[in-house]
Amino acid sequence: MYIIVVGAGKVGWNLARELLDKNHEVTLIESDRRRYLTVEQELEHNVSYGDASELWVLERAGIQRADMVIALTGDDEDNILICQVAREKYLVDRIIARVNNPRNRQHFDLLNIRPSVSATDLILRLLEHEVPEYGLVHLLDLQEEQLEIIEMLLGKDSGLIGRRVGDLRMPEGSLLISVLRSGKGFVPTADTMLEVGDEVLAVLDPGKEDDLKALFGPEGNGGDGG
Amino acid sequence: MFILIVGCGRVGSSVARGMLREGHEVSCLDEDPESHARLEVGLEKSWEDLGGQFTVGAGLETEALVAAGIEKADVFIASTDGDNTNIVIAQIAQRRYDVPTVISRVLDPLRAEWYERQGLHTVCPTRVAIDMLESAVRESSGRGGAPSGGAVEAA
Repeated sequence: MYIIVVGAGKVGWNLARELLDKNHEVTLIESDRRRYLTVEQELEHNVSYGDASELWVLERAGIQRADMVIALTGDDEDNILICQVAREKYLVDRIIARVNNPRNRQHFDLLNIRPSVSATDLILRLLEHEVPEYGLVHLLDLQEEQLEIIEMLLGKDSGLIGRRVGDLRMPEGSLLISVLRSGKGFVPTADTMLEVGDEVLAVLDPGKEDDLKALFGPEGNGGDGG
Repeated sequence: MFILIVGCGRVGSSVARGMLREGHEVSCLDEDPESHARLEVGLEKSWEDLGGQFTVGAGLETEALVAAGIEKADVFIASTDGDNTNIVIAQIAQRRYDVPTVISRVLDPLRAEWYERQGLHTVCPTRVAIDMLESAVRESSGRGGAPSGGAVEAA
C-alpha cells in the first residue's frame, strides 16, 4: 500500500518506520524544518518537508495514488482538514485522524472524519479498566457496524451472583460473550454460574448500556419480576 | 441581524465595529482576552456600552461558541489567523448550528477555491491581492510601460 503519514512527531516517525518495515511505501510529511532534517537522516527520501494542509504539498507527495492518509499532527483542525481533503478531493479510500483534544471528537464525527484515534481516550479506557469502580468499561466501539463491546465486573453486591447464565434476561440487543474468571476467559454456556469477581464481556447495540448496568449492578436481579 | 465573529484580529475587529455601526448585534469570540482592546480602537465608549458582546474562548470549543451566541446567529464569520481553523469552524456553524450565512476567511487560494466549490462561502484576501497587483501592473503597462517580448511584436 502507499500510505501518507502527516506529522513526524514520535507517533508519526515510529509509525512510518513500522510501515516501511512491513514493506509499505510511505511518505511522511513534516512542516517543521528542524524536525524534518532530524527525521530525514534516518528515513531519507521517505520524508518530505512541507505543510500538508497546502494542497500542492499533498499533490507533490502523490496523494492522488495514495491508498491511505494518516493525519497525526498536534492540531485537530489540521488533522480534520487534511483527512477531509484527502477523502473528498483526492478520493483516498482510507483515512485515519488523530484527535488531540478528546472534546474535539464531536467535530471529527460531525464532518465524518473516521476513524479517529485519541491517545487520551485510550489511556482513559485503560485507566477505567484498571480501576473497576467505574462500573461499565467501554472496550470497543464498532461505529460502522453500530455495535459496542463492554466489560463489567460483578461485585459482591451484584444481584447476579450465583445465577445461571441461561436464566438471565439480557436486554434485547445485547449478548453475553465471555466471562473472565481468575485470569482466564471462557465462553459461557447456559449452565455457567456467575461468581463474585467475574468480569463479563457483552456485545450490544449502542444505547443499551444503562439497561445492562441496571441488570448487572447492585439493584439488578437478572431480569426477574421486573 | 445577530453577527458572530470568531477571531478578533485586525480584520475581525474592523468588521465587528463596522457592523455594529450599521446597527447590527455583534458578538466577538477570541482566545486572547487582549484582543478586546483592539475592538475599541477609535471608539469613544466601551465595546459593551455600545452594545457589543465579547467572549474569550476558542472557536472549536462548543461552550464558547454557545456562550457567544452561535445558536441565534444569523451570520457567522470565521476570521481567525488559521485557515484550517476557519474552514473547520465554518463547517461546524453550517452543519451543527444551521447558521444561515457563514463566511470564512481563507488566506491560501487553493484551499479557498476548493472549499468554495464544496459550498463554503470563502473570502480569500491573498486572491484579492494577487488580482489587484496584476491589474496594477497591467494598468501601468497600458500607460506606456510597454510589455516586453512577443506582445510588442504582436502589437
